[in-house]
This record gives sequence, structure tokens and C-alpha cells, in this order.
Amino acid sequence: MLYRKAGIFHTDYAADRALFPIPADRWTIGLLLLIAATAPLYMNSLYLSSYLLPWLVWTAATLGLNLILGWAGQFHLGYAAVMGIGAYAAVHAVRTGIPWEIAIVLAGFTAAVIGIGFAFAALRVKGLYLALSTLALQFVMDWTISHVQAISGGTQATLQAPDIRLLGIPITSDAGLYYIALVWCLLVTSFMLNLKRTALGRALVAVREKDYAAAVIGVNSFYFKMVAFATSSFIGGVTGAILIGTFYHAVTPEQFSVDVSIQALAMVIVGGLGSIIGSYFGAAFILLMPGVMNSFISWLANLLGLSLSLETLAHLPQALYGALIIVFLLVEPLGLGKIYNNIRDYLLVWPFGYVKK
Amino acid sequence: MDALLLLESAINGALVGLMYALVAMGIVLIYKSSSVPNLAQGSMTMLGAYVVLAFANNAGAPMWLAIPLGIVTMFFVGIGIERVALRRLAGRPIIMILMMTLGLEIFLRAGTMTIWGGTARPMPIGISDAPLFLGPLLINRAYAVGAAIAIVMFVLFVAFFRTRLGVVLRAISDDYTAAWSVGISVERGVALSWAMSAVMATIAGVLWSSVQGADQSLALLLLKGITVAVLGGMDSLGGALLASILLGVVEGVASSVLDPMIGGASRELVDAAMLILTIMIRPHGLFGRHDIERV
Repeated sequence: MLYRKAGIFHTDYAADRALFPIPADRWTIGLLLLIAATAPLYMNSLYLSSYLLPWLVWTAATLGLNLILGWAGQFHLGYAAVMGIGAYAAVHAVRTGIPWEIAIVLAGFTAAVIGIGFAFAALRVKGLYLALSTLALQFVMDWTISHVQAISGGTQATLQAPDIRLLGIPITSDAGLYYIALVWCLLVTSFMLNLKRTALGRALVAVREKDYAAAVIGVNSFYFKMVAFATSSFIGGVTGAILIGTFYHAVTPEQFSVDVSIQALAMVIVGGLGSIIGSYFGAAFILLMPGVMNSFISWLANLLGLSLSLETLAHLPQALYGALIIVFLLVEPLGLGKIYNNIRDYLLVWPFGYVKK
Repeated sequence: MDALLLLESAINGALVGLMYALVAMGIVLIYKSSSVPNLAQGSMTMLGAYVVLAFANNAGAPMWLAIPLGIVTMFFVGIGIERVALRRLAGRPIIMILMMTLGLEIFLRAGTMTIWGGTARPMPIGISDAPLFLGPLLINRAYAVGAAIAIVMFVLFVAFFRTRLGVVLRAISDDYTAAWSVGISVERGVALSWAMSAVMATIAGVLWSSVQGADQSLALLLLKGITVAVLGGMDSLGGALLASILLGVVEGVASSVLDPMIGGASRELVDAAMLILTIMIRPHGLFGRHDIERV
């Protein structure tokens, strides 16, 4: 129907390696890019700055975490800490007078250097123990950030983030901030899309499947684990800096606590491990769900004539959030990305469902 | 630094540590039988305390009746969690299982808050506040009771693992495929271990909330529990008991030394450092089985 294909039959390697082998995909991407680029023209600035912008930034973060979790197969329960390092590094760099463009790159490198610390745990242990050691490192980072005066300015302090200036031009309008988030998200997305086609991406997948087997065929699994941690920390650090610069405008330690790490993990799981389109879905789902849930609960309470206490209303969305993670793992462990792919695979050859896909 | 003060914090630390062991033993029980690291043990502890309080306050049962009722309820909650959430995930990659227990953690914690609210409530179980002196040392009476119960529970478990049912559980933890092939119902064994660990969580919840009141912070016992469990070896109950004393002493002494220097809140840092050091130096813990990975 949409795709007008009866299966995919490549006749040369170039077609096989193409980023979007199906013309319909290219058209869809083009259309979506057009919609995204013109969003400030037709979209209410409230929606733009409080829904679309955080969604794009969190998608970049989800993609970064997906690199380590879905591609390299290594646990990371401390991704928020890495983002926090980037955020603080960028804020301090800008405050000392370094231009913002350079500051976010510095933030990325700072996060990457400290993120390699997490990798040393990965070199020694894996599975459960890696998960626990990254969790412990998250606590250590939290503690360090909030207790060292030079970084956070004290346990209760909030650091104001300086305005973003690109090439000396201050960017304060909602549309400008939105474009910064959009460009970063697209950069990360195209990096991840192309990663699949490179030697690095294939090496990471080999390490994920079985690191010993990868070592046998000559893939240095230690090296690639380290590269995966460094790259994903770089993405996380820059994303943290952009999140502060475009959305929060101020930085506190709580913005990068262990709950945020779990939230990022939930985005990856709900979206689908190793799925790029899934990262978009997962980030949207986890970000939008509390608001939708809140209005749904109050609508339901009105309908049934129940009066819920303030405390119930405060905790119920959180409980449903936990329940949703459980339901997703039970019903579709590969997440929304897999659901999307199932529908797409069905439509790809529709109405000739018997054709080999 | 006064040596007597250090000794006092070491002894009280050991008692607190033994109370951590109540949480850690729950984690170990589940890990032994099904290799599932239960990150929801902290919120199960919290739920256990609130269920007991619900029997005591809402249904008006006296405390000596509310605690057994709570334990029985949680026994079935444990079975239910295993049946609904974990059984279908058997054989899946560890990341799914970890995420499932994290989801359970969020669900149970927030669900408890939704039903019973977030304000801290007292748990009066009749431990007097009168100071207890051991020579010149001041011992916290509540911690001493908790530590004693932890040791009693450990002895009970040692005895239990010598019964017929206990041998079945040991067989499952040794090799579940082999256990399956000789006709042991592995599912029921795993369900039983979840139920027992929910019971442990209830006991831990009651004792901890008698110390600090029942509130959301009970769920934070997870970090202590998991540190103790890893330090002792994830599949060793005795290891958990010894590791809990070790962690408690280190934590007590370190925090009484460090707190004045860095302005408080060093306990969490000590825990995290212990966890990282254990994993870096001896991942299988003090008494855990060294896993052999087959390619």
C-alpha cells in the first residue's frame, strides 16, 4: 500500500547498504524533517518548549544509552550521573568565559573521561555485577556533585545556567532553543543510523552477542567496551549540557539523581533495545505518560464520583509508571520499536502477506 | 578520637549490620533459587511494614496478631509476584530481569504510597526506650533486638535447609535443569523462595520501622541489602550474615570518623565504596560460588 513492495530483493551491494533501502522510507523521513523544521511556524510556543524540545533532548539521551545497552550490551545504571557531569562541566566552562559551542564539546569530553571510569567496571565484571557497580558509581557521583562546593555550590544550591550564545549571538527565543535541540538530536540519530553500517558498530554487536566469541574472531572486546562507554558518555554529557541550556536553564544535583537514570533506562526498554525509532517512541512515552496519566486519573475520578486525596493523586502516576514497565516486559520485551517494526513488516508486502519478507 | 567511642560505634554498627542482613537474606534466598537479583527487596520491606500497620491500625488487631497476619499476607504476595511477573521471564537476558525488578520496585513503592500515604507512621512493637549499658558502652536496644532476630532467622533457615523441602530448594539452586529432570517442580521451589523472601521482608520492615518509623525511606534499605548480599556472595546466607556485620562495623566506625570531617551523610558513600570495592576485587563475594562461564 504505502510501500508498494513485494519483498526486498537487492541486486547490488550498494542497495543493500543503503541507509533507507525503500523509497517510501526516504519520503517519510523527508516529510518528517520538513514537519520538524517548520514546527515553530505553526506550533504553540508552549507545546514547542515544554513537549517537543524535552522530547528531542531526551531522545538524544536515550540513543546514547541505547548505544551502550542495545549495541554493546553493557549495563549502565548511572547514565544520569554522566549527563550531570556534562551539564556541570558546561555551566562552569561558560561561566569562565568559554564560548558555548566549545563548552558543550568540553562537557562531552569531561563526561567521556569520567565515563571511562564506568568502563573499568565493565572490563572486570559483567551482567548483574556491572549493573550494581554502575549503580554504586551513580551514588558516588551524586554524592560528589552535591557535596563538593566547587562543583555544585553546596548541597541545596542551584546554579543558574548562562544564556546560550552561538557565534556571539544570544539565543533566547523558544524557536532558537528548539532548533538547537533538533540539530543535536538529528546529529545523534544519524550517527546511530550510520553506526550500524560501520566496522565499529559490527564490532559492538559482536561484543554484545558474546564477548569471548568476539575475542576469538579477533575483536578486542575490552577496547570496544571502552569505546562504547566513552562514546555513549560523550553523547550523554553533551545532551546533559543541552538539556540544562535549553530546558531547565538552571542546574541542581536532583536533576541527575538515580531516579533519572532509571527513567532513562525505562525509555530504552519501553522503546526497544537497539532500536533507533524505538528510542523516539520510548522517550515520548515515558515523558508524556505522567501528564496523560494525571489527566486520565482525574477524569476517571470525576466520572466515578470518587474524591481522591492529594497524596493518592501524587503517587498513583508513579505506580502506573512501574506497572507499565512490568506490562511492557511481559507483553513485548523488545518494546515499541518492535511493535512498529511488526506493523511495518506487515504493511511492507500488504496485501500479499504470503510473500517472503 | 576516643577508643571507647569507636568501640561503641563498632558494636552498634555490627547490630545495625545484622539488621541489614534481614534484607540481604531475602535477596540471597531469591538469587540462590532462581539467579534473579531482586532489586525490589527494599520496597517489599516497605510494603511488609505497611501491611502489618494496616492490620494493626485499620483492622484494629493487636500487634502480636498483626505481625503474623502481615507475614501470611506477604507470603502470598511473594508467591503472586513470582507467578505474575517473574515466571514468564525465565531464561530471558539478565537486563530484562533487572528491569523487571526495577519496575516492581517502582510499582510496589509508589503503590504503597498511593494506598497508605507518605507520612511517616510509628510502629510500636514494645521495645522500651530505656538505655542498655554493656559495661561503659551504650547499646541501642532496638538494634540489639533486631540483630537477635536476624540471627534467629538465620538459624531457622539453616535448620530449614536440612528438611526435605529445604533439600529440594538446595537442589534447585545447585542445578535447576538437573533438579527438573529428577522430577522436582522448579517453579514451585522458586515461588516458595519468593514467598520466604517476602516473609523476611516483612520481618525486616517491622523491625526497621520500629527504629525509624514506617515511611518511604524503608525502600532505601535496598542499597544496604544488596551491598551486604554482594559482599557475602550472592548465594550464601552465612556469607550475608558475616558480611552484614563487616559492613555494619565499617559503616559505624567510618561514619563516626568521617562525618565530622566532611559534614555528614558519609554512610551512603561508604556503602557505595564497599560495593564497588567488592565487585572490583572479589566479584563473587566472600563466600559466594565462583561462576564458571561457558562460551
